[in-house]
Amino acid sequence: MLMGGGAVIAFRNPVSSALSVVACFVGLAGLFIGLSAFFVGVIQILVYTGAVMVLFVFIIMLLDLKDEEKAAKPLLPIAAGVVLFVVFTVQLIGVLSRSPNKIAPDLSAKTLAFAANSFPPTSKIATTLSQGKLPDVHLIGHTLFTQNNLQLQILGVLLLVATIGVVVLSKRQAD
Amino acid sequence: MATLNDYLLVSGLLFAMGLAGVVLRRNIIIVFMCLELMLSAANLSLVAFSRFNPAPNGLPDTNGQMLVFFVVTVAAAEVAVGLAIIVALYRARQTIHTDELTSLKG
Repeated sequence: MLMGGGAVIAFRNPVSSALSVVACFVGLAGLFIGLSAFFVGVIQILVYTGAVMVLFVFIIMLLDLKDEEKAAKPLLPIAAGVVLFVVFTVQLIGVLSRSPNKIAPDLSAKTLAFAANSFPPTSKIATTLSQGKLPDVHLIGHTLFTQNNLQLQILGVLLLVATIGVVVLSKRQAD
Repeated sequence: MATLNDYLLVSGLLFAMGLAGVVLRRNIIIVFMCLELMLSAANLSLVAFSRFNPAPNGLPDTNGQMLVFFVVTVAAAEVAVGLAIIVALYRARQTIHTDELTSLKG
């Protein structure tokens, strides 16, 4: 996954970069599923690799880009990028080496059955939990529609505004 | 078994790569992809925290994954608008290299 991330910056051809981003995102979705966040992993594949990257590849095709010229690149941005990367990494390692480490709390059938007590006994979440499975999507839906309902509706308005904005942006150019 | 710090390290490295890409690439589309990488890196640390700091009932904290859900949605909207702007820019200027877009230079 990290190799995919590095390849994004290294490739000259935008299409190769886009495909390495896809590889990177698929690896990331694997990590999400390994963290037992199944819903987020699926969303990552569907939205990012499915929709967003296809949009990117489509735009690259539409603009008919050539490879970046091999003419002498100014040294400054390259040096700045490398220095930023190194400084950030050193800082990260410094912080992480001093912060307390944690191992994953277990999600065995016993923990799940215990957690079922905090939900109404006949609910879908409680029955799935007592069977020893993690009802990830149900839990997220439960939180989404009970605690975050207002934010969800604001998000809907945001998507609507974005859609209208994109239509307006592409239309004005056509006249 | 991977620990919390492993996930945070991977997330930070991915973020640093995105940041370096934003600074050193001149193609706006690739700069945009690197922005996506940085958002995803933040998502990874959110999911890791939600898994490693369980809610009182012992399940992973769904509030973290909620935040990831919102970030993904906002990122999708942002990509749509950004790419529309890039296409409009390309039609107006016939270039998407950041070096050649200097009309705001004083």
